[in-house]
Amino acid sequence: MAEVATQAAAPEVQTSGARPGRVSGIVRGALRWAGVLPFGAYVALGLAGPTIAIAVAAFQDSNTNAATFSNMDAAVHGTYFTGLQNSIELSLVSAIVPGIVGVLVAYAIFTAKRGNVLRRVVITASGVFANFGGVPLAFLFIASLSTTGVVTGWIKDVSSVDIWNHGFTLYNVKGIFLAYLYFQIPLMVLVIMPALEGLRPAWREAAQNMGASTWQYWRYVGGPVLFPPFLGCLLLLFGSAFSAYATAEALTGGTVALTPIQIGALLNGNVVAGQQNLGYALGLIMVVLIAIVMIAYTILQRRAARWLR
Amino acid sequence: MRKSKAIATFLVAASTAAFAAGCGSNSNSSSGGSSVDWSKVTHLTASGNTSMTALVKAAEKEGQLNVITLPSNWANYGNIMKDFSAKYHIHISDAIPEGSSGQELQAVETEKGQSRAPDVVDVGTAFAVEGDTKGLWAPYQVQTWNDIPANAKAGDGDYYADYGGYVAIGYNPAKVKVAPTSFKSLANPAYKNMIGLNNSPTTAGAAFAAVYAAALANGGSYSNILPGIKYFAHLKAIGNFVPTAIGGPSTVQNGTTPILIWWDYLLASEVKPVVPGFKVVIPSDSSFASYYDQAISKTAPDPAASRLWEEYLYSTTGQNMWLQGFARPIELSTLVQNGSVDHAAYASLPPAPSGALTFPTQAQDATAENVVTQNWAKDLG
Repeated sequence: MAEVATQAAAPEVQTSGARPGRVSGIVRGALRWAGVLPFGAYVALGLAGPTIAIAVAAFQDSNTNAATFSNMDAAVHGTYFTGLQNSIELSLVSAIVPGIVGVLVAYAIFTAKRGNVLRRVVITASGVFANFGGVPLAFLFIASLSTTGVVTGWIKDVSSVDIWNHGFTLYNVKGIFLAYLYFQIPLMVLVIMPALEGLRPAWREAAQNMGASTWQYWRYVGGPVLFPPFLGCLLLLFGSAFSAYATAEALTGGTVALTPIQIGALLNGNVVAGQQNLGYALGLIMVVLIAIVMIAYTILQRRAARWLR
Repeated sequence: MRKSKAIATFLVAASTAAFAAGCGSNSNSSSGGSSVDWSKVTHLTASGNTSMTALVKAAEKEGQLNVITLPSNWANYGNIMKDFSAKYHIHISDAIPEGSSGQELQAVETEKGQSRAPDVVDVGTAFAVEGDTKGLWAPYQVQTWNDIPANAKAGDGDYYADYGGYVAIGYNPAKVKVAPTSFKSLANPAYKNMIGLNNSPTTAGAAFAAVYAAALANGGSYSNILPGIKYFAHLKAIGNFVPTAIGGPSTVQNGTTPILIWWDYLLASEVKPVVPGFKVVIPSDSSFASYYDQAISKTAPDPAASRLWEEYLYSTTGQNMWLQGFARPIELSTLVQNGSVDHAAYASLPPAPSGALTFPTQAQDATAENVVTQNWAKDLG
């Protein structure tokens, strides 16, 4: 409500101070756009430029730069196609599961009193863990949960069960998923928190006053309000898992085909030479996939959020 | 050369390259006193203005050498650079020490014309060949050119093997009770959850070579690497192979991979010092050697210093310094024959298999790369 009020008041303040006339109108218009300029330049340099470069290179031969479809063709066949499938599946599961767990954890802390020690600890810890990844994370899991890991040892001491003899392993796609949980859940807690804080206690009280059950409150009030930001957060988690690289590589040594690892091998590796542009083709496919997910999200959010506006 | 997986390094390198693109011309001085254009010199003469003495003079005048991706703890490069600098009063700049061969080529291409562009590279053979195809190298034959085996150099001197080693099995006897001797012996059930590679064979040269070596031990050949992939798939199926990509001193120390398959010289230089009693053997059923290559950039900003650097590396001093870093210099057999080898350093390496060095051809290597890329995840996943 407060925002609406200031927006409505702003034009009056501006017009009362400025002299009317075409020139000042143009200047004002230019000034208004000038404010966007740094962001526009940033987007053009950091996002549009590289994307165009990748898109062009994807259709060029690695050595002759001649136009070709062979990179795209290779990218959607054999191990590279498997890589895309695995990457999408892993990212979906690594978005949805931590997404649900994260929202529950966040809600649990949210209901705690503001200033509560546990709440502060969880939020601070989430900030730290959400940014922990890469080879150090893989090594943390190997040091604690591999066959000779510390935690594996404790479990063996306490229960005389060696989890590795019962099908547990770190070195496959399940191991990657387990490691991803480590940063995905805290990430979800961090990003969903502002949305939870947007749930006014007054809404719940009003619903209760009108005789709504807890289920009805969540079904008709809390759920619809939270749904669009929840989807947005899932998208963020999907992107985070989709682009994650070093942890998966370190844990599985290329035995699980994943697109980012394959791109790394093509662009940055010491084995495959002269196929950089196949890497660009895979990169372009990732960009397109993320774009599709973003568009789907925008459409969904428009529909879900319609009544909020 | 090294397989740093950090894409960040790549981005930083790329962006700094882009940044510096505007920074103008360089000290492309082509001669040292006389009118010699050192960038065109393909070999030294015994006397005159392209003699060793003239080269030293010209290189000292340039006073600068740009190398790239030489980690100081790798093959003794730290000491080699220090000694070269001190001897000739030439300052060495080492760009992205932990970078990869692919990044070296990118740097040569993108920094062309700048004073900070790489003068010389040290790359895997596939990348030396790629650079040759793209016309990036200046042909040069060092004075000891004839001591480099013919199958380890480009005939015209565009690139030439420098140092390398054999695929070897390293193990920590404290944890590994039965000593492994061959690839076949690694299928022993006693080695459950013990055997590691340094990285994925789709990214790291050493792991790729390990798969090649395993192929040779299991009925494969330079033309057929598939048995090597099947071999590791079998080791994984029986639970012996731990497919982590961070195999190295730390995974040997903490027991994740008490048996590590890697280059003999890296097992000796990186793992042995931190794991007491660590043993290195070259498998009895396969000897697979691979060497890195030197090449001088055609657009080297310091053409004389580049050539002097190569002369230094292929001198007895340079060759022995690599050996002191546990790498096998390409002219090792000459050094052994004429007695100029550093005996202590030579004795610290596992004895080399008898017989002449053989290598896969470029075509065989390229085929093998694609077979591994397409099948590694499929067969081991």
